[in-house]
Amino acid sequence: MEAVVDELPVILQAFWLTVKLTVVSGVISLVWGTVLAAMRVSPLPVLRGAGTVYVNILRNTPLTLVIVFCGLGLGTVMDVQFSADDLSVDNFWLSTIGLSAYTSAFVCEVLRSGINTVPIGQAEAARSIGLTFPQTLRLVVLPQAVRAVVAPLGSLLIALTKNTTVAAAIGVAEAALRMKNLFDAHGSDIIPIFLGFAVGFLVLTLPVGLLFGWLARRVAVAR
Amino acid sequence: MTRASVLYDAPGPRTRLRNNVLTLVFGVVLLLVAYVVWNKFDEKGQWAGKLWRPFLEADTWTELILPGLRNTLSAAAVAAVLALVFGAVFGIARLSDHWWVRIPAGVVVEFFRAIPLLMLIFFAQYGGSLAGLIVTEFTAVVFGLMLYNGSVLAEIVRAGILAVPRGQAEAGYAVGLRKNQVMRLILLPQAVTAMMPAIVGQLVVLLKDTALGFVVAYADLLNAGARVVPANFFNLIPSVIVIAAVYIVINLALGYLATWLERRSRRGRRSAAAPVAPGVAAGGEMAAVP
Amino acid sequence: MKRKVTQMRIGAGMLALAVLATSLTACASSGATSIVDKAKNDKKLVVGIKIDQPGWGLKKPDGTYAGFDVDVARYVAKALGVPESGITFKEAQSANREPFIQQGQVDMVVATYSITDERKKKISFAGPYLVTGQDILVRADDSSIADVESLKDKKVCGAQGSSSPKRLADKFGAEWESKNLTQQQGYGACLPLLQNKQVDAISTDATILAGFATQFPGQFKLIGKPFSTEKYGIGLKQDDKAGRDAVNNAIEAMFKDGTWRKAVDANLGEFGKFFSSPPSVERY
Repeated sequence: MEAVVDELPVILQAFWLTVKLTVVSGVISLVWGTVLAAMRVSPLPVLRGAGTVYVNILRNTPLTLVIVFCGLGLGTVMDVQFSADDLSVDNFWLSTIGLSAYTSAFVCEVLRSGINTVPIGQAEAARSIGLTFPQTLRLVVLPQAVRAVVAPLGSLLIALTKNTTVAAAIGVAEAALRMKNLFDAHGSDIIPIFLGFAVGFLVLTLPVGLLFGWLARRVAVAR
Repeated sequence: MTRASVLYDAPGPRTRLRNNVLTLVFGVVLLLVAYVVWNKFDEKGQWAGKLWRPFLEADTWTELILPGLRNTLSAAAVAAVLALVFGAVFGIARLSDHWWVRIPAGVVVEFFRAIPLLMLIFFAQYGGSLAGLIVTEFTAVVFGLMLYNGSVLAEIVRAGILAVPRGQAEAGYAVGLRKNQVMRLILLPQAVTAMMPAIVGQLVVLLKDTALGFVVAYADLLNAGARVVPANFFNLIPSVIVIAAVYIVINLALGYLATWLERRSRRGRRSAAAPVAPGVAAGGEMAAVP
Repeated sequence: MKRKVTQMRIGAGMLALAVLATSLTACASSGATSIVDKAKNDKKLVVGIKIDQPGWGLKKPDGTYAGFDVDVARYVAKALGVPESGITFKEAQSANREPFIQQGQVDMVVATYSITDERKKKISFAGPYLVTGQDILVRADDSSIADVESLKDKKVCGAQGSSSPKRLADKFGAEWESKNLTQQQGYGACLPLLQNKQVDAISTDATILAGFATQFPGQFKLIGKPFSTEKYGIGLKQDDKAGRDAVNNAIEAMFKDGTWRKAVDANLGEFGKFFSSPPSVERY
């Protein structure tokens, strides 16, 4: 127990990094996932094809591999560098790219299936009362689609929060790697340290789950 | 487009023309991106034959890569069996009539779903040796996979059983079946049919997650690709790409199996329960848990 | 064929272990027997080595293992009465060498394993069979790094769980650790980072660095000013005094009959000259 109290600054620092990774990759994944979803439902076969290939590759590759590839490949082969003098910044962004590249494939699929929940009759009805194409999308289709994706997007956010630990594979000092280092330093306090970190993740994920659950119920489309 | 979409009208002649132009534009853009990537690889000598040739030789596969694949598959298989047992036990326990069974089961399931798998694996390694147990990397990986995926499967099981219409259980009680008979003879058989696609979906997730073993030096497929092969041929990037292809092929195959099962269970309708969508346990309705 | 059977048996054993561990009925490993008895009775040993370190411990595509540590392990095993076919090599990464020995997953560890007092609290060491020091590997055309002090404003790569990056982090402080140090899974992962200038240096034992550098003639250079003393020992169970003595005898015999010299030259090529004479074994 003492170890947890003594090392509290280190633990909080680790979770701050976890939160940063989650928020930044979450935003990027949402944007990039929306672009991918737009590609996958677009009328242009070339975009649909590219989107499908991307999603199928990223969804079926282990996240650990994606992050290792980003950490060791993007810099060395593609000359991607985010900071000339700070490796932690570099590693932060490389793992963020990995997390976002992976998560956006799932975001894309959630959004796409959200659109698929809207019955085709809705669009037909909208057209028959004389709405234009943008009006149909804005007033009829998208509002229903967005409501259907609230809950699954919440689950994705929770999964992403937990997945940030995989960045440990390339030495990002987030919660899991810090926990392991503390295990090494305080061999007899393994259980309190583990429980401390577990509580940290419960604190991060439970409110998100409750919020999205509440939101999903509130905006649910009665069908 | 052959399929009518909720998003688009059938294209007229002008739209078709515009689509063709856009197709050309985006096609060029995509080719350009591919060209830039290809060029960078070329610049860094990543297409050099000596980096890729090892993958044409049988020994590289039989001695370095396939042992890793075998370890990945065996960890996944053992963890899958244990997770299914864990999921069945805790999923049913959460539906118990007794609060002292229901609540602890719920706490266990919610706890392990909220903890990152990597933390569970680290904990198994260090906590196990603290308790004097022999914890191999295999055990640590399997332990983590079992607890995490077992908890997710518990939710799938619960959802599957709840998806069986109430009348089924009531009819069972009406003809004089006891509680466990109703569960065993009526609810579970129908629930299993409904859960099948979701279960297979979760097993794909489990298989992918074995790659976390890399971080604790479990000699899995990723370990073979990212450390063992490059130590011989110094071809980290090509090797990781080849290994990714292996993972993708395996997971796509499992994914098709899940789709096929879903279609079959939808067509067969031997169950009164509606199919449980993959990823139901994520708290959502359709997201797979990555 | 024989190997396959053993592997299958290990697989089955692991499965049983997993089940046992999860049902919490497994009891503590009884670690009382000496490696000498095990070698004599079973004619089998499990040896923890690195499998991704050229020159030291490397698994080759033909399924065999090669490197200086492997040669030492074979020599010691033979001295204990175990034929080459009775040795099972098992990967021991930097981070899990102590648990491996403590838990009896391996009988000994020969894996570029530095003797330290901290480690001696958990396990014991025979040897040393080689003395080296933490050194710095840089790109051949980089003349800006002369010694460890010049790493202060350079970017360095190390392996997670290894003591080398820890030493630098202690020296230069937490901010340096965050900004200038990246810790990867094994030193092999550092190599492409150094080649492509993501980092300026890899710092760990000169031996390990030499092993990598020999694979790329002309590309890298070793600074050659070790700033620590690393004594490579063979890790054994803490209470196995008899085993320690027997392994020490074997090491001394290896020094004397010229096998040690031959192994150094065979595995380290031009860098063999850095290790002119064998160290003296420290018995305790």
